Amino acid sequence: MATVAASPTYAGAEAGEHTGIWSWLTTVDHKRIGVLYLYTALFFFLFGGLEAVIMRAQLMKPNGTVVSAEMFNQLFTMHGTTMVFLAIMPLSAAFFNFLIPLQIGARDVAFPRLNAFSYWVYLFGGLFITLPIFFAAAPDGGWFGYAPLTTRQFSQGVNIDFWVLGLQILGISSLAAAFNFITTIVNLRAPGMNLMRMPMFTWMSFVVQFLIVLAFPVITIALFFLQFDRFFGTNFYEIGAGGDPLLWQHLFWIFGHPEVYILILPAFGLVSEVLPTNSKKPLFGYPVMVYSGILIGFLGFGVWAHHMFSVGMGPIADTVFGLTTLLIGIPTGVKIFNWIFTMWGGSIRFTTAMKFAIALVAMFTIGGISGVSHASPPADLQQTDTYYIVAHFHYVLFGGSIMGIFAGIYHYFPKMFGRMMSEKLGSWHFWLNFIAMNLTFFPMHFSGLLGMPRRIYTYDAGQGWDTFNKMSSYGAYLLVISTAIFVWNFFRSKSRGPVATDNPWDAATLEWSIPSPPPEYNFAEIPLVESRYPLWDLTHPERTSEIPHTHEGWSDQEKAADAKPVHIEKERRTAKELGIPMPLPTIKPLFVAAGIIIMLSGLIFLHLQNKTVAFSLIAVGAATIIGFLYAWVTSPLEEGH
Amino acid sequence: MSASPALDHIEAGPHGHHYTTTGLDSRKIAIWAFIGSECMLFASLISTYLIYKGRSVVGPFPHESCSPPLCAVPLRPILNIPVTSASTFVLLMSSLAMVLALAAVENRNLPKLTTGDRILGSSKLWLWATCILGATFLGFQSYEFTSFVHEGLSIRTNLFGSSFFTLTGFHGAHVTAGVIWLGTLLAIDYKRGLGPADAINVDIAALYWHFVDVVWIAIFTLVYLIR
Repeated sequence: MATVAASPTYAGAEAGEHTGIWSWLTTVDHKRIGVLYLYTALFFFLFGGLEAVIMRAQLMKPNGTVVSAEMFNQLFTMHGTTMVFLAIMPLSAAFFNFLIPLQIGARDVAFPRLNAFSYWVYLFGGLFITLPIFFAAAPDGGWFGYAPLTTRQFSQGVNIDFWVLGLQILGISSLAAAFNFITTIVNLRAPGMNLMRMPMFTWMSFVVQFLIVLAFPVITIALFFLQFDRFFGTNFYEIGAGGDPLLWQHLFWIFGHPEVYILILPAFGLVSEVLPTNSKKPLFGYPVMVYSGILIGFLGFGVWAHHMFSVGMGPIADTVFGLTTLLIGIPTGVKIFNWIFTMWGGSIRFTTAMKFAIALVAMFTIGGISGVSHASPPADLQQTDTYYIVAHFHYVLFGGSIMGIFAGIYHYFPKMFGRMMSEKLGSWHFWLNFIAMNLTFFPMHFSGLLGMPRRIYTYDAGQGWDTFNKMSSYGAYLLVISTAIFVWNFFRSKSRGPVATDNPWDAATLEWSIPSPPPEYNFAEIPLVESRYPLWDLTHPERTSEIPHTHEGWSDQEKAADAKPVHIEKERRTAKELGIPMPLPTIKPLFVAAGIIIMLSGLIFLHLQNKTVAFSLIAVGAATIIGFLYAWVTSPLEEGH
Repeated sequence: MSASPALDHIEAGPHGHHYTTTGLDSRKIAIWAFIGSECMLFASLISTYLIYKGRSVVGPFPHESCSPPLCAVPLRPILNIPVTSASTFVLLMSSLAMVLALAAVENRNLPKLTTGDRILGSSKLWLWATCILGATFLGFQSYEFTSFVHEGLSIRTNLFGSSFFTLTGFHGAHVTAGVIWLGTLLAIDYKRGLGPADAINVDIAALYWHFVDVVWIAIFTLVYLIR
């Protein structure tokens, strides 16, 4: 029976470990930062879901009267912006933070304070871009903000300014984190952990960080151009001055397409952890899984204009991008097959995480099939800007990213919080979620092909769309119920779930060799890694006998590094006892982040023609940034340095 | 600051630093990732400039003269290649000074026997030189910007003005940040001296500085030299 025993609360109730809200505000521990990302992102996921449910209430019947057209524009804009930038990316970031150092055998990321900074910038940026909806001033130009619609001439209000500045803020968060994780994965792997021994989640995350580094600067420039047009009267998107009406679209989608691979690859990585563990078999075709992930990332930069098939680029451009879009389906399809072959012949254990992982394989395939149909420019001319596209991307983003993330949450909850989630409630969540998701989005394939356009706030009866819309709206309401079950399960298990052991799933990778939740120092002794599945080498060597292992040939550096062969650590001690220097908690990253928000809020007031407030905010913000940044770079990371 | 506190408690590595997978300081890897993102930033700015080349509806123009009605008064091509060549040379020389500054910091503890050795070995001298040359480049840029505005080209005049000032303005902002960074290193050099232990910090600043210089080579070639 589940006891309400005192399990180690998150890094608390231990001698020498910190508790209380100040400890969370000043934390630089990657595990805590991961938990902060998780909570915040789940909150924004619910908020974005609420925005969707209101839209579905409006669209349930023809000529609905739940919201006005303008509010509907704000809802679909914020739903997209929230889900992409404030929910899915940060949910992935929660796992990057919590998991990457543990999977590579490190004690933290390369730059712990920069890591905390990324989180606070995300939180403040998310609030900055979300709060305007309570004043009916939310961004309303779509999550992709096409210029010239979003120029001052056609969008006079302050809505788009919130959008532009909010995205710039969120871009800072993602870029800083990307530099951090690239450095961490390149430089902080435990001895023996060569690249082809890294767990798949770390590999996919590694690819994602490069996508962020290369794609975000492009949208940064697109946004600067829009900002400059709106504030300083430049001509980038000014048709009258000869500006190209497609400049925004090209720049946005050169970012936007890699962005969707940023959204899906972490979920793929999580599935590649969950499926082998619950099939009791190594991942089928690990090298191919790595190469296909890299190829998806690389090819992802070559397909962007498939979002622009209807703008008149001409037959050569259309053909080239049609071909590259077809090509990118190949490495993705390879992954689907490899997951199936991983399960084939395995001993399947249907945990909730496993159910979500298998569902991703199926649902992403459906989304992928509609995706392949968009790759043909003539076919896409019928599909584009209809609900058929909405169906496609919700299958890959909800059926793909979100289900993969749910799989990750159920799988890693014990490691994060030291308790097990309820499998019974998990099963209810899964099945309701699976049915509801399909009920909501499958009908959209039909209403879309019957001509229902996107982003309309209402429609007339009798066009053949009524029943499909009704089904989608019922599906959305059912999603609310299934999500409520998840939230209930999450919080109840956190305080009263059965205490978790170090490796409840009998998994193979390093994060499962330490207590749940991990002590502040992660590993008492850095492990010396010999294979891809270090724990199965110890506990189930017959499973990994065919995978290359190294038993000799470490470099001199690695030999001298004083690491110990992989071992299970069950004892919880403190860093002080072990003589491990820990990074000092600090409030400075939070204040630098706050300074950035304050400064950019000043720009909003410039638009509102309130120069005094504007310049005061800009000055206060700049001073805060400079002051706390100076203190940050001149203070040591750890004691004794 | 240690190379990688996150792997603390493991010793070894050729420099007696903490263990890292590559043997390099983590900050060096991070600066390269940062430079990667900056490459895409400037690539977007330069691409936009090239796309908009020749498409301004009204003058002034970079390489062509302009007469009414496209300009208020007749104008020569507005870019001044000889003057900008001079400022380009100044920026290139600043990269040379940066190399010498880094060498001086790394070799601070070597004996300096001749006057030449002492000159080459003075990190303060070469950091000052880099800062002054960088600031001179910025002076040239300010002169160019203000004279363009006087001649009727502002950031809002036409596509050329918008894309030119934004591109070169972003570059100038990066140079400014670099000069401030180097000024900070100079201040530390005066306060406690910069020696081999600080070489990593000077190295990172140098990488940034050289990158900013390389970007200028690209801009100078594509904007000024190629018609």
